[in-house]
Amino acid sequence: MNGAAAILKALERQGVEVIFGHPGGTIMPTYDALYDSPIRHVLVRHEQGGVHAATGYARASGRVGVCMATSGPGALNLVTGLQDALMDSTPVVAITGNVPQHLIGTDAFQEADVVGITQPVTKHNYQVRNVNDIPRVIAEAFYIASTGRPGPVLIDFPKDVQLAEFTGSFEVEIDLPGYKPTYRGHPRQIERALEALKKAERPVLMVGGGAQHAAAEIFALAERSGIPVITTLMGLGAFPGTHPQCLGMPGMHGSVAANRAIHHADTILAIGLRFDDRVTGKISRFAPHAHTIIHVDIDPAEIGKLVRTHIPVVGDAKWVAGELAKGAQRMNIGKWWAQLEEWKTKHPFAWKPKPYLQSQEVIQAFWEATQGQAIVTSGVGQHQMFAAQFFKFDRPRSWINSGGLGTMGVGLPFAIGAALARPGELVIDFDGDGSFQMTLQELATLKKLNLNVKIVVLNNGFLGMVRQWQDLFHARRYSEVYLADSNPDFAKLAEAYGIKGLTLTDKAQLQEAVREVLAHPGPVLLEARVYHEEGVFPMIPAGGAAEDMIIENPREAVAGD
Amino acid sequence: MRHLVSVLVQDNPGVLQRVAGLIARRGFNIESLAVGRTHQPGLSRISLVVSGDDAVLEQVEKQLNRLIEVIKVTDHAEPHVERELALVKVSVAGIEERLEVKDIAEAFRARIVDVAKRSIIFELTGDSQKVSNFVEALRPYGLLEVMRTGAVGMSRGEQVLRVREKKAV
Ligand SMILES: Cc1ncc(C[n+]2csc(CCOP(=O)(O)OP(=O)(O)O)c2C)c(N)n1
Ligand SMILES: [Mg+2]
Repeated sequence: MNGAAAILKALERQGVEVIFGHPGGTIMPTYDALYDSPIRHVLVRHEQGGVHAATGYARASGRVGVCMATSGPGALNLVTGLQDALMDSTPVVAITGNVPQHLIGTDAFQEADVVGITQPVTKHNYQVRNVNDIPRVIAEAFYIASTGRPGPVLIDFPKDVQLAEFTGSFEVEIDLPGYKPTYRGHPRQIERALEALKKAERPVLMVGGGAQHAAAEIFALAERSGIPVITTLMGLGAFPGTHPQCLGMPGMHGSVAANRAIHHADTILAIGLRFDDRVTGKISRFAPHAHTIIHVDIDPAEIGKLVRTHIPVVGDAKWVAGELAKGAQRMNIGKWWAQLEEWKTKHPFAWKPKPYLQSQEVIQAFWEATQGQAIVTSGVGQHQMFAAQFFKFDRPRSWINSGGLGTMGVGLPFAIGAALARPGELVIDFDGDGSFQMTLQELATLKKLNLNVKIVVLNNGFLGMVRQWQDLFHARRYSEVYLADSNPDFAKLAEAYGIKGLTLTDKAQLQEAVREVLAHPGPVLLEARVYHEEGVFPMIPAGGAAEDMIIENPREAVAGD
Repeated sequence: MRHLVSVLVQDNPGVLQRVAGLIARRGFNIESLAVGRTHQPGLSRISLVVSGDDAVLEQVEKQLNRLIEVIKVTDHAEPHVERELALVKVSVAGIEERLEVKDIAEAFRARIVDVAKRSIIFELTGDSQKVSNFVEALRPYGLLEVMRTGAVGMSRGEQVLRVREKKAV
């Protein structure tokens, strides 16, 4: 057996069922071995699509997503996706070929310093120089990617290593003396947290993406204590969005109730989140009344990084939330709830109806028609925020978006990965006309796999989110954000790939279009031509605080009733 | 505040780049970085001098700990020994200067390691402050070259940086 066959054997032993990849010169031995392997390979049309699909697969399943690329240009096309997976703590293993070792450092054809370049965008990376190290390195890579705070790991295989005769063993031991994630939170810290919660008069529980695997424990904790729950953009679905205790999403485009709750809270229990600036706004004005912040995270470096923490708990969200749920008592916070209810009912996510089709109603219609039973992905921009606001996520791992990096173009490849990870489930990609065009070549991949993915391109003819900022902060000088004059006919584009394409322009036809999309088996693309100048609100301008929240579109407040 | 931090690492290829890259990426200020093998095969030790307040130091330690190949990090807040080695080449024009320079060197317990017609190389070890003072004392005579290794350090007494026992996960 050669190194390439050993790579696939080792991957098989890790339980890998699918690899998203694209071949090329230096990875050809591994593609040759793939020919005889039971592992399924999905041929993406661009390596970025591959790494995003692996990410979507991982986020939907909780298992490690695997992607593969050749050296140089192939490997470099992974960079954005690796950083995306890193920032959203997603377990991905990337396999790359490289030029043979005797050519490394000689500027050989398709050579790039992939290990150097990907070092800052991975949790860890390797270059395998000895063929017999393959099983150990692959075992370590999967272990590192999937444990502690999950993240991407890249393994680079020079071509000669793939071709060398393998004489090693697949029985390997992982020995990483510098890597010992802490799963069990310190009992004393958990006790302190419970004591603080007992004394709290205005508590909130904030739940992030690090708690997507802890939904049952979060639910038990919330139900037992009666604490109000806020789910971050990455935490949506970790606690049911339709639950009466859910205040929704915090941050820049979060709900009034969530942001005000944080602003007035005296005690914050934060589980599996990292206080991103899109959540906190200006950090010195974040949660000014909170005398106690309890921060639960498996990554000690996140605790105290940005926000002063009074009770740090280093541990796994699932384990710690479970312990907290066991010890939690019913909170006597009727007055606090009365206030929260008022904010909730007075300021739900809403939009001003216009004579044109609107993104918000399209998303809401899909939510109603599916009763929330779908996995939803999105690109980045206004449509992403609308999806987060108007699709209520009741199940964990049902909302897959690019939170940390904000990567336009993830919607379609995430959807492909998610659909493969959870066969039988409906996947909807709410995409932007700008975002979708960044990775639309994966329509070919979708066509080939014939997955149950519904793409809804919310075509507002603009790089809408940028346009919104120009509107609010750059005196409406719409610099280079206009797409409408050169957008393709998206339905025709889909048809060109052999995918059913539909166009919706008329508000009155919305329900019918939704029905048609959902009734069609297999992939569909619906282009929804929506109102051009919609704004996402509420909005806390970058660097602002909860008090600076703009609740309604100021343009519409002037022009409207 | 100046902090001396010791880092025990697996000496895999690229580990120094990882440590240096992390420091640069996160915007930490380092004065010096020194690295060398330990007595245990496969383990190297890095000494960093970092400036910043306690919060910065905490982040430096935590971020370093996130690196898979970093086994242990300690900032030497406790009693410790700190040393730096420097080679200092000074120009000496005449006999008088030569004598003066030698006097200074003696006061600092620096050793002469090279003597030429118009220059002397001194070797000095000490804490970084002492090295700086020595360099400044020689500056008026004309410094030709200064090479400092950066500070290295070690806790006094029994306390050592070592590989922790394997913990169950
Ligand atoms: C790769 C990438 N480039 C640029 C940006 C900056 N950006 C954020 S939102 C946005 C506009 C997205 O437009 P579209 O996908 O049409 O979504 P819309 O806001 O119109 O709903 C841009 C350009 C980004 N997030 N990602
Ligand atoms: Mg748009």
